[in-house]
Amino acid sequence: MTAYTATVTVRLKRGVLDPEAETTKQALERLGFELEALRSADRFEVDLDAADADAAAERADEMAERLLANPTIHDYDVTVEER
Amino acid sequence: MISVVRFGGSNCDRDAVRALDAVGADAEIVWHEDGLPADTEGVVLPGGFSYGDYLRAGAMAARSPIVEDVRAAAERGVPVLGICNGAQIGCEAGLTPGAFTTNRSARFQCEHVHLRVERADTPWTAAYDEGDVVEFPIAHGEGRFEIPDDELAAIEDENRVILRYCDADGNVTEESNPNGSKHNVAGVLGDDETVAVMMPHPERAALPLLGGTDGRGVLEAFA
Repeated sequence: MTAYTATVTVRLKRGVLDPEAETTKQALERLGFELEALRSADRFEVDLDAADADAAAERADEMAERLLANPTIHDYDVTVEER
Repeated sequence: MISVVRFGGSNCDRDAVRALDAVGADAEIVWHEDGLPADTEGVVLPGGFSYGDYLRAGAMAARSPIVEDVRAAAERGVPVLGICNGAQIGCEAGLTPGAFTTNRSARFQCEHVHLRVERADTPWTAAYDEGDVVEFPIAHGEGRFEIPDDELAAIEDENRVILRYCDADGNVTEESNPNGSKHNVAGVLGDDETVAVMMPHPERAALPLLGGTDGRGVLEAFA
């Protein structure tokens, strides 16, 4: 078994309204910043042991499917690094 | 008996029992860790902030063991109603379509809204006529009904929308949409019409002292 950190990034699907990101964007503009758009995402770092990187990614993928993301509104991606 | 499921952080469970009592239903609070009693004839997933709304409102409760009991009961035809946080739990559990997420305003909103009854041939709306306008309170930060367009078209084709936000005259308008819900959806049915969720609170509109009894009709499904 090898120790990995799987990073799961969960974000709203394109086109789904993100009122918190919009509010954050407006606050940045009030501070004088120029920006076109702002998107927010949740990032989960999962430490786990697995036989190989594929197995670690597969487990993290299932975590995203079953809990970390809501497939109705979210897309997600998974990356794996040895720890 | 109607089981009102209490999670850590539920706060409309006692209101639901009292309102159900007012329509003549025999309701009891069930602690989620105890599982669903065998004599359950109906289930209410009440409002509140189960698990502190961690991750997403309803996400944790939807994965708790009692929800599997609720799913099995629903498959046997036991009526299941999710209100507010219970609606978020129902969608997170896949009992009903779509998701309830952050209000367009990005704020918690507590106000009275008007709702148009979209169909009167479900257990939840049988006390009303199609097109009736009722007034319920809302109290939520994550009540915006969100769903991919193709799925929205599908549930509308199947007449699964039972309540929409509207103005006092029953016009479904953008101005009367409190939270940015797609097509003003406030309440939807699951695969079977015995399962429904809604963000507005019928149990807070069930006693005359609280300013109205429009919500009784929904709860009469359990009476």
